[in-house]
Amino acid sequence: MDNDKLVIGGHEFHSRFILGSGKYSMKLIEAAIRDAGAEIITLAVRRANTKQQESILDYIPKGVTLLPNTSGARTAEEAVRIARLARELGCGDFVKIEIMRDSKYLLPDNQETIRATEILAKEGFVVMPYMYPDLNVARDLANAGAATIMPLASPIGSNKGLASKEFIQILIDEIDLPIIVDAGIGRPSQACEAMEMGAAAIMANTALATAGDLPMMAQAFRQAIEAGRKAYLSGLGRVLTRGASASDPLTGFLRD
Amino acid sequence: MENQFFVDSEYLSPAALEKKHRLETDPSSRKNHMEYMPGMEQIESDVCKNVMTQVESYDYSRYTARDVKAALEHETCTVEDFKALLSPAAEPFLEQMAQRARLETSKHFGNTVYLFTPLYIANYCENYCVYCGFNCYNHINRMKLNMEQIEHEMKVIADSGMEEILILTGESRSKSDVTYIGEACKLARKYFRMVGLEIYPVNTDEYHYLHECGADYVTVFQETYDTDKYETLHLLGHKRVWPYRFDAQERALRAGMRGVAFSALLGLSDFRKDALASAMHVYYLQRKYPQAEMSLSCPRLRPIINNDKINPLDVGEKQLCQVLCAYRIFLPYVGITVSSRESAKFRNGIVKIAATKVSAGVSTGIGDHESKYTGKETDGEQGDEQFEISDSRSFADMYRDIAEEGLQPVLNDYLYV
Repeated sequence: MDNDKLVIGGHEFHSRFILGSGKYSMKLIEAAIRDAGAEIITLAVRRANTKQQESILDYIPKGVTLLPNTSGARTAEEAVRIARLARELGCGDFVKIEIMRDSKYLLPDNQETIRATEILAKEGFVVMPYMYPDLNVARDLANAGAATIMPLASPIGSNKGLASKEFIQILIDEIDLPIIVDAGIGRPSQACEAMEMGAAAIMANTALATAGDLPMMAQAFRQAIEAGRKAYLSGLGRVLTRGASASDPLTGFLRD
Repeated sequence: MENQFFVDSEYLSPAALEKKHRLETDPSSRKNHMEYMPGMEQIESDVCKNVMTQVESYDYSRYTARDVKAALEHETCTVEDFKALLSPAAEPFLEQMAQRARLETSKHFGNTVYLFTPLYIANYCENYCVYCGFNCYNHINRMKLNMEQIEHEMKVIADSGMEEILILTGESRSKSDVTYIGEACKLARKYFRMVGLEIYPVNTDEYHYLHECGADYVTVFQETYDTDKYETLHLLGHKRVWPYRFDAQERALRAGMRGVAFSALLGLSDFRKDALASAMHVYYLQRKYPQAEMSLSCPRLRPIINNDKINPLDVGEKQLCQVLCAYRIFLPYVGITVSSRESAKFRNGIVKIAATKVSAGVSTGIGDHESKYTGKETDGEQGDEQFEISDSRSFADMYRDIAEEGLQPVLNDYLYV
């Protein structure tokens, strides 16, 4: 397990929990790092665009990778401008692309996301696009230079879990990039399930931010993600569908 | 009991008084409030028809406790559920509504509360809106800040820590034209991260110009969606034209503004119908412009200079809380702003339930931020206020109070792109 690393754009991480940016507070960041073991913390550039910005950036400990996101962007062009601004603010080369033309559900716009990925990957960014799980789009994103693919599990902030499970499984099976499940994971058990499926990491925010005991929930996520990862690496055993089954019900007649 | 709005000023000439009285007493002396005036752009849109169909058929007396309970059990609040939550039958369920509203607020906004302050740059007005302190027949100190004065005000406000500003004017195209307002926006971009506008409604090309000057959020209060009542309250001026005002947000969105804000002024007419109309206005525009950010306010009538008796009638704090909870449950993704018209106690409570944005360090007067913020007496002239505020907390006090409630004050979450 010690050698089990998550590699994104040539950077190595040991933790497979990434803190999202939705509900932002210092307490949450602290719990994510200390209790959930997060090595990557998302920060909305628009939220960091404040006179308090230094205190926010200062709060992120050295050794933790800052993942600025482009939330607020409605087009590829706006996302590109926000990503460049993030670089100017000293947030590094990682960028999570979020492009929404929908203020109600905050569902990502896949077409615009592909365009932004292409532009930013060429500019040397480590591009992590948030997307609606569609295989063709995931292939286009990979071809455009994405470092990971980040499909949503269910609507952001909904805590509804793996509503798009079958489609995420297809991405895991078909795309040669880390698949990071982003948005909608509400419980540690759902995070565990996604990891068992072969997801490379989990991004969550609301599930922690709205928990009764934040540090304890952060620990629970860490353990669930580790358990799911180990289960995936060990190879899941068979699952009996209904009752017991004969050993070779169809081909027994071939036995000598 | 109705509000008594008509107040005669001894400073008005006999001719002005005569015209004022005629407007007040003789409906035939008033222009048709549903007819556009020259220069007002008319857009093709079905939003108004959709909203008014809902409002006209709304009979809130027919909803029962059973409807309210069902509404609270549904995962997604339908239009019918929302109508039940706004009805008198929902009043005994206020605590349950607040619990549900708090859950929805936390899902969409976490524990954040945004802070902003309004900046009135002029109080000249060509309208006679009988409940408003700026109305053209009210004798008050009139003033329009020049660019130097505006910049001074902005510096004082920015120094307090504020990062979002809402620029307001009285409704006078001749005294405060679009270029003047645009120049103020350009200045505001230097001092603030987010610039909003609450001015007279303008045409799409003018909104586009103001957007290019740096404004990105447009607030227009419809005051009341009851057109017959509206006619009796807005007796003179551009504001009298109800449909042009109704379409203002849609014109602003077409012009590229990121967000728009809506409101009825509760206490003018039937508040349940006005609350329904405001929310349906948001609902239908959101379906048409899904990328737009939307927010709702819920102001209640306040006393004004020369008429301290104006009050919100049957809209008490409980009713206001009911409306805000119903808004939050029906439209979980919209911002809800609660202004300094409400008391500190009410605002402290409502930010924990439904509100996501509050004003602080508020003055509704003109050119008086330095004296109000620092206590320093200035020789400069000052313009009178639009209405009396209730919560006079400074930016620093508000920031501290919000943090002490366990919430997170946020000064900016916005980029102009």
